[in-house]
Amino acid sequence: MTRHLAAVIGVGQTHHRARRTDVSMAGLCREAVDRALADADLTFDDIDAVVLGKAPDLFEGVMMPELMLADALGATGKPLLRVHTAGSVGGSTANVAASLVHAGEHRRVLAVAFEKQSESNAMWALSIAPPFSLPVGAGAGGYFAPHVRSYLRRSGAPGHVGAVVAVKDRRNGALNPYAHLRQADITLESVRASRMLWDPIRYDETCPSSDGACAVVIGDEPAARGRPAAWIHATVMRTEPTTFAGRDQVNPRAGRDAAAALWRAAGIADPLSEVDVAELYVPFSWFEPMWLENLGFAAEGAGWKLTEAGETALGGRLPVNPSGGVLSSNPIGASGMLRFAEAAMQVMGRAGDHQVDGARRALGHAYGGGSQYFSMWVVGAQRP
Amino acid sequence: MTSSLPPLSAPLDIEFDYTRSLGSTLGRFATGLAQRRVLGARGSDGRVHVPPPEYDPGTGAPLTELVEVGQVGTVVTWAAQPQPLEGQPLRHPFCWAMIRLDGADTPLVHAVDAPRVATGMRVRAHWADTQGNGIRDLAYFVPDDGQGDGQGDGQSGGQGIGQGGGRGDVRTRQAEVVTTVTTPIRLRYRHSASPEESRYLRGLAQGRILGQRCPACDKVYLPPRGACPTDGVPTVDEVELPDRGIVTTFCIVNVPFLGQRITPPYVAAYVLLDGADIAFLHLVLGCPADEVRMGLRVEAAWKPRDQWGTTLENIDHFRPTGEPDAPYETYAGHL
Amino acid sequence: MSEVSVVSYAAAPDVRETAGTTNGVEMLVPIIGEALRAANLTKHDIGFWCSGSSDYLAGRAFSFIAAVDAIGAYPPINESHVEADAAWALYEAWIKIRTGEVDTALVYGFGKSSAGELRRVLSLQLDPYTVAPLWPDPVSLAGLQARLGLDRGLWSERDLAEVAARSRGANPAAPVHERVTAEELLRRPYLADPLRRHDCPPVTDGAAVVVLAQAGRARDLTDHPARITGLAHRVETAHLGARDLTASPSTVDAARAAGVDGVALAELHAPFTHQEIILRRALGIAGDVDVNPSGGALVANPMFAAGLARIGEAARRVAPGQRALAHATSGPLLQQNLVCVLEGE
Repeated sequence: MTRHLAAVIGVGQTHHRARRTDVSMAGLCREAVDRALADADLTFDDIDAVVLGKAPDLFEGVMMPELMLADALGATGKPLLRVHTAGSVGGSTANVAASLVHAGEHRRVLAVAFEKQSESNAMWALSIAPPFSLPVGAGAGGYFAPHVRSYLRRSGAPGHVGAVVAVKDRRNGALNPYAHLRQADITLESVRASRMLWDPIRYDETCPSSDGACAVVIGDEPAARGRPAAWIHATVMRTEPTTFAGRDQVNPRAGRDAAAALWRAAGIADPLSEVDVAELYVPFSWFEPMWLENLGFAAEGAGWKLTEAGETALGGRLPVNPSGGVLSSNPIGASGMLRFAEAAMQVMGRAGDHQVDGARRALGHAYGGGSQYFSMWVVGAQRP
Repeated sequence: MTSSLPPLSAPLDIEFDYTRSLGSTLGRFATGLAQRRVLGARGSDGRVHVPPPEYDPGTGAPLTELVEVGQVGTVVTWAAQPQPLEGQPLRHPFCWAMIRLDGADTPLVHAVDAPRVATGMRVRAHWADTQGNGIRDLAYFVPDDGQGDGQGDGQSGGQGIGQGGGRGDVRTRQAEVVTTVTTPIRLRYRHSASPEESRYLRGLAQGRILGQRCPACDKVYLPPRGACPTDGVPTVDEVELPDRGIVTTFCIVNVPFLGQRITPPYVAAYVLLDGADIAFLHLVLGCPADEVRMGLRVEAAWKPRDQWGTTLENIDHFRPTGEPDAPYETYAGHL
Repeated sequence: MSEVSVVSYAAAPDVRETAGTTNGVEMLVPIIGEALRAANLTKHDIGFWCSGSSDYLAGRAFSFIAAVDAIGAYPPINESHVEADAAWALYEAWIKIRTGEVDTALVYGFGKSSAGELRRVLSLQLDPYTVAPLWPDPVSLAGLQARLGLDRGLWSERDLAEVAARSRGANPAAPVHERVTAEELLRRPYLADPLRRHDCPPVTDGAAVVVLAQAGRARDLTDHPARITGLAHRVETAHLGARDLTASPSTVDAARAAGVDGVALAELHAPFTHQEIILRRALGIAGDVDVNPSGGALVANPMFAAGLARIGEAARRVAPGQRALAHATSGPLLQQNLVCVLEGE
């Protein structure tokens, strides 16, 4: 059994906005798909299969929307697969598309992820309290804020580090023409003065709610030969239950296991020195230092020191989220794929104003559920 | 040890008015409907499809050439709907049909206000009184007697009726450009608790807090589980727990949102009862929010007994006991 | 191409309504254990897990997350989920094994159809702009499809009743079981003209588990693995008016890709009687093929598990040296179809 090589040969994304009322769901997806196909210099005729990812169907009020999107995705007459792994789904979708090529089943696969949050209200959909439960829930922020507090207690991180992340990511977002929030003038002071939403998470440390889509074309070795490509060095997915006795909700084992397997598969011994840029799923600012530790870029309790020292800024030792990340654009179902796609753009040298000089190897990372679903890939400028 | 009583269940209603932005092609279709005109799209193969697909059903090419079709058409196939479901176009028995409108090449799915129809029958659009609701502007179809139905205020030959012999029985309306349509979706479910959770809920109705121990890992779960998350087997041995414990971690919710049932600001805290191995979310009141801290000792403040039901809401909130805080090491493994 | 075999299959009892939760745990715990034991495996031996289910069936966002409790998913597992019938989860798992990254996979699907108003819930699969706002339900849509074939002489009401009579007599363990003739069925009233009750699937709660293994390992795990010799799926346009609803071109294409010649038995996921006729023709199934010995979806239709169950039922029945076909469908009126060809070892 040989694992066939696979590479990203085209990337596309929408302009992400709070409300993309100029387009339908199909039109939103198609904007990303058309850009990815143009980037790959391909047409629908060249695509063998399509994989669609998005978060809960309740967000748009459409059950299995891939069915109604078949024509818009160019999937009619082809295999179409729908992935749903909570917030990590954008990354999982790219990984599943990659596996279709790795397995030798297809030569060119289109992976698409989207969310049109303006069709409804994610806070509503995520806070529906079933009978017998206590209506304490308050969306994703309410869910994650207690765990951020635990991180602060455990690591002793100074309170301003969350704001450091927010400033960095929003300023990075200003370099990204597709970003929803582009705030070149944001400052530590303005972030720290912003409203406390879910104490200890402030408004400016919180991801926006976005409409958006992302698409990548993944090809086999002949399809990728002689053109800009981000070679897929390793992919990984891991899941653990939402709650269990003794669960580490700050530094979940599923993430640690996933990272260890990923680095091993990619032949990386020291991620901090061997990875040039990372696109991490950071919907609330404190998750940057938390994931730096979870991924093994820093020892437990020391992730915030990398952030505070500016090592995760553009020009630092490990630029994290040069695209602006989830803090700048959050079409939930697509957010994971955007991380994967931005990692690919970096090693293809196509990241424009947020390009990390000389990026040769990049991490794309996504998580979902109660920090329990993880998907990641490592892409490189060189064939593995 | 699972109760022989059946598991508890209760209604769960999901309701939202979705706002569907339409984009160009569907927006023009919806605008046409608001004007009492029916538009189709010319596909890559020249066929006219109604409703207009945004992307060609064969090639996936964007379809932007819209053409007006008639408001009378032919039933291609039909099915009786003797017992209409909520949300369907008519409340009394009617028929679903695929109707090929004059001037169109492919049929659309819609309702016909008749208990029976026949393949080949001619039917005519009946417009809703309201407009701007997309396909719902076209309320349903009626058997076409060739006379019109008076919807055009008695005037025939309305302007703008396109090719295909729309019989000219409906006058077009002035209408704003429609860019968004609101689609209410209301669904009713019956939500069931697991047998283990049901036992716990029935315990709460008696003011008791009943956890269960996993037979494999010996951890005490509250609520008990149909499957221990790490061992995949139901929790079994009942463990009655006290109504006091500690706050492991928490947040202060300051943000209002749709559907919220507790007025912010409030402290949402993970409470670990003495003797339990897993914390659960609850409210902490009884002290200023900024005095809530990790390790705080708390006890349940129960609602009056006559308000108890099979729910954790019997505990109104948790309040500080005044005991010394628990040392961090005692709960560090629960974060 | 590395080959993959089905090494075990287990299914929860198909019932009209289970008292269990919508996350399927009560149905899944016993059958995950049963399927693992049958293959002499433990959860720690499984390289990849993949499930199929629906949030809208449960009426909750992320409803599938609690289902991993049924596995006891710790230490963490290599896992994925499709929002579709679990036959597509099996497809993802089959691909995963063929990448060489893992050599075993456990696939499960579950659905508590009885929790909501299934006929209304399924309306939400239709085009959300121009069709779903009218709430056409699956029985009504199937009636439109059935009459197209009746009017064109492609099948008769008697043909439909014969499919129903055979299905209803097939499986004493199914929620629908009776010895009945087509003549008797034709005397029964219409549910919604042109369909009678027996032309439609029963609302069913259920779950199914299939364990896959790389073919080289399969022999170690069971005496009777069923080798997957072909697996393919295709989707059609959602625009109902543009489809020829009396045929199933996506099934034809998937069958061609999977290679269905010479099958001795076929498990077809045909929720409506006329759809079995459409599928037989699309698949080129000859008269001597044993179709739906399990009774099929007409006697038990656990949403999101029924397609996977077809693969499991075919694998369970295929004799050594024999070839069997399993089919799964998804979406309104056979919009999406999957074909799996198995060979008994």
